[in-house]
Amino acid sequence: MNNKKFKILAVPYIVWMLIFTIIPLALILVFAFTDRNAEGFRFTFDNIQFAARYLPVLIKSVYFATVATIICLVVAYPLAYIMSKMRLNHQRTMVMLVMLPMWMNFLLRTYAWMSILETNSGFLNRFLSIFNIGPVHIMYTQAAVILGMVYNYIPYMILPLYTIMIKIDNRLIEAAQDLGCNTYSVFRKVIIPLSFPGITSGITMTFVPAVSTFVISQLLGGPKNNLIGDLIESHFVSGGEYNPYYGSAISLLLMVVVFICIGIFNQFDNEEMEETLK
Amino acid sequence: MKKLYAFLLALVFTLPSVCLTSCVVEEEEEGEDTSGAYYDVEVDDISYYEKFRDKNITINVYNWGEYISNGSEESLDVVGAFEKISGIKVNYTNYATNEDMYAKFKSGATSVYDVVIPSDYMIDKMIEEDMLEEINYDNIPNYQYIDEKFKSPDYDNTGEGGTAKFSVPYTWGTVGIIYNKKYITEEEASTWDILWNPEYKGQILMFSNSKDAFAIGLKKLGYSMNTTNMEEIAEASVLLREQKPNVQTYVMDQIFDKMQLEEAWIAPYYAGDALTMIENAAKNDIELGFAFPKEGTNIFIDAMCIPKGSRNKEAAEAFINFMCELEVMTANGEYIFYSTPSTQAKEMILSNMEEYMSEDEIERYLLISYPDEELIAKCESFINLPKDTNELIIRNWNDILIGIDEDSWWNKAILPVSIIIALGFCILIILLRYRKMQKKRARY
Repeated sequence: MNNKKFKILAVPYIVWMLIFTIIPLALILVFAFTDRNAEGFRFTFDNIQFAARYLPVLIKSVYFATVATIICLVVAYPLAYIMSKMRLNHQRTMVMLVMLPMWMNFLLRTYAWMSILETNSGFLNRFLSIFNIGPVHIMYTQAAVILGMVYNYIPYMILPLYTIMIKIDNRLIEAAQDLGCNTYSVFRKVIIPLSFPGITSGITMTFVPAVSTFVISQLLGGPKNNLIGDLIESHFVSGGEYNPYYGSAISLLLMVVVFICIGIFNQFDNEEMEETLK
Repeated sequence: MKKLYAFLLALVFTLPSVCLTSCVVEEEEEGEDTSGAYYDVEVDDISYYEKFRDKNITINVYNWGEYISNGSEESLDVVGAFEKISGIKVNYTNYATNEDMYAKFKSGATSVYDVVIPSDYMIDKMIEEDMLEEINYDNIPNYQYIDEKFKSPDYDNTGEGGTAKFSVPYTWGTVGIIYNKKYITEEEASTWDILWNPEYKGQILMFSNSKDAFAIGLKKLGYSMNTTNMEEIAEASVLLREQKPNVQTYVMDQIFDKMQLEEAWIAPYYAGDALTMIENAAKNDIELGFAFPKEGTNIFIDAMCIPKGSRNKEAAEAFINFMCELEVMTANGEYIFYSTPSTQAKEMILSNMEEYMSEDEIERYLLISYPDEELIAKCESFINLPKDTNELIIRNWNDILIGIDEDSWWNKAILPVSIIIALGFCILIILLRYRKMQKKRARY
């Protein structure tokens, strides 16, 4: 009875999902396997075959995203832990600070990074030149792209970790200490397992947008670091021929890869959770 | 220089003009505007515009970004002046490339816009795909100011005696090489070869769109940039691939910052924007130059069109007519620096410029914006290419940008290898699941 009542509350979201998730996905699927010529639509595998040419780019994107996600995790985890142990009003300020960059458009922030990293006129190099340290070439390297990714997606890692960590019961930690755990074992046997859901959702929320990053890689990476997102974009807008068919096929390929990555990851996660909660 | 002057003027005029505009508004509110009221622009025939008054018409205008005199720096606010004179409300929006505009129309925005300003080849394409409305030139009396040679362009010559039927030229210009005078001489810059010169590795910028990039490659090889010959295109793509290690990055609008801050030394770009860059760079004490490549280059025309499905065709024509008023053409020409298709407007621009520009600057402006006939004869403009050719060019360009070489063994092997790896992972996941299920079962 109660359950039924609550189900009604889900209707708006289901409608939302239908319109903005299911239908676009279906469209991508349809476009990926069709082609339009003078006679109308027809079914074809050509698009997929064409998209397969770009697999090296896809692999590169996955590699970049993986590195960025790992860096995000390493940086965000201690920060989230420290945040969760702060006084409540300090916590609020910290959350604000984490969210602050997200109030601005990511494009603007990426342009800002460009003016920091530029070889001659960049702030970084101007600052270093005061100490007579020669210009560092970060612009248009892989490092710049990964930096851009880490910078843009780190809030998505910090926030889930933080929300999970504030829920960790302090008494569990005290109990572990009472039972003879040193700091390291408390961390390994209590905090990490309890924050695992945060780690998984953090990784998913960082990895997925990072794989499909575009513009950031174009602006910071230069000609040698175009990623799969840029490729998809170029098929939908620039270049002259509006070709949603190839674009959709590449998107579909990307989705399959992301799906597999997340699938592998989830297996890992469930097992670990069950092991520790036994 | 112009901007400094304009800034001073703005300072001087700020206070009185605030007062003035408020007075004008009051006058209008009192309904005095019908009896020869105050307008920003002197037009030939005021009654032409006034017939639209009080009809509550709105038109949507879709133009390139930064491509109209907009009232900043004491220039004329063209859209505002039009609204004032005709009472038609204008929704003015921007796009960055022809392709963006085209994609928007193709995805179903056709019925929304009343005036668009695409480039030559795009007009050709849109005519072919029946996306444009025929223009009634009787409703555009100011068409008389446009030079005859612009009235029968290659991209739109289906009218009587090969004249235009769908478009009214707005501006034209060429593509040339912008270079930093500190490092490069004009002679060096007067050929496309400089973009391939390994001496300037990392200092070269290049167009990021396939069309302009391939045009340069093809011109360097001495072919037509509208070629449909597959071999010529293949040669050009080899050339562009060779160029990639020398290129710092592929850009469009970012070029302004890069050149003005000396982040790069050489870049091909449009003449009108080159003038803007030269002027801005001078403020940073950086001297930029503009050279025409001797192999010939691209000459383009952007023209005003009315897309199919426009709900206010007459109002759209009135807007186009207003854009062709001599005073408006002059204001636009002075503001955006692109060349105007009207000799009369050009003369007016030059006489205006004498007031705030030195002779050298005017000479430079003339040289860059209105190159002599000999140079123009070597130029070519884009036409709409067949779909196959376009797709071939785009595919090649994407491959160059992304760095894919079709022939390498790695690219041939990658598809089967990744399918096997993907399948392997799928099996792994299923196995893991299976093991877990068994564990669970064992527990009960």
